[in-house]
Amino acid sequence: MRYRAEVFVTLKPVVNDPAGLTIRGGLHALGFESVTEVRAGKYLVLTLDESDAAQARARIEEMARQLLANAVIEDYRIELQPIGEAIAAGERPS
Amino acid sequence: MVFPGTWSDRDCAHALLDVLREPVRYIDHREQTVEGLDLVILPGGFSYGDYLRCGAIARFAPVMEAVTDFAHRGGLVLGICNGFQILQEARLLPGALLRNASCEFRCEWVHLRVEQNNSAFTLDGRPGQVLRIPISHGEGNFFADAETLDALERNGQVVLRYCASDGRVTEESNPNGSLRNIAGISNAHGNVVGMMPHPERACEPLLGSDDGLLLFRSAIHALTRVAV
Repeated sequence: MRYRAEVFVTLKPVVNDPAGLTIRGGLHALGFESVTEVRAGKYLVLTLDESDAAQARARIEEMARQLLANAVIEDYRIELQPIGEAIAAGERPS
Repeated sequence: MVFPGTWSDRDCAHALLDVLREPVRYIDHREQTVEGLDLVILPGGFSYGDYLRCGAIARFAPVMEAVTDFAHRGGLVLGICNGFQILQEARLLPGALLRNASCEFRCEWVHLRVEQNNSAFTLDGRPGQVLRIPISHGEGNFFADAETLDALERNGQVVLRYCASDGRVTEESNPNGSLRNIAGISNAHGNVVGMMPHPERACEPLLGSDDGLLLFRSAIHALTRVAV
C-alpha cells in the first residue's frame, strides 16, 4: 500500500525559539496583538510504500529518530494516510 | 575534512601548513578511512546546504564512520563552527546549536575565556586566559538540558566561554544566546572538541590576532606527548 505521511517537527517546549519570537514580534507590529506565542517548526511530507499502516508508522518513527528530528531539541508528530495501491517496480510509467 | 559546502578547509590548512609547518591532507567526504592521520579537523561551512538541520546530513557521509571510530580510539578531532554542529549530530559531543537568539548571522571578533586546559586543544592554555578569535555563524546558540549542562561543568568539559575583554563572563559578551556563554566543549576524554569561533582565522598578526594558534599548537603538543 502507498501511504502519505506528514511529519511535524517542532522545538521542544523548553527550547527557546528565536524564529518564533521574531515572527510574533512581526505579528505584533502588524497589529495582531492577541498573539501570545508563536512556535516555528518544519513540515515534511513523505510518500512511501509499505505492507500496512503499522509498518509504515514504525518506519517513519525510525526515520524521525535517526534523521528527521534531533531528539536533543526537537519533538515530532506523524500523521499517516493511505493513498492507494503501491505501484510495483517496472510498472511505473516512464 | 571536506564536505560539499565546507568553506573553511583552506583556512585551516593555511594555519597548519603555512603557519605551523605541519603536513596537511584534505579528506574527501566519500573516503572510507582516516588511516595515517594524527588529527582530524571538521572545518566550518554549510555542509550539504545545511538542509534539514546544520550538520544533519554530513553526519551520514561515508567518511564519518571512520571519523567516529578514530574519535572513539582517542584520535584528536576538532570541529569548528559547522564542524561542531556535525560532531553534535554524530553524537560525538553533547547538546545542539540553535539559531542565534538575535536571528542574525553574526560575523565579528569575540573574546573567549579558556575554562580548562585538560582538553587536547587547550593544553597550552591556562584557565582564565582570554583569547580574541572571530565568529561567523547564524546557528551557534548552544543548548543542552540542565542535567547535561551540569555534567559538562562538573567534568570540566566546558572548554571556552564567550567573555568580555577582561575575561568577565557577561550577557553582553554572549553573541548568540548560548546557555552559560558556552563557545566550546570537549568530550569526556578531552580528545574531541567542538567550538563555534574560528581559530584558523586568527593565526597571524596580519589577520588581527594569532590567538587561534593556541588550539592547533596544543593539539601538536598533545600528539607529541602521546608519542613520547
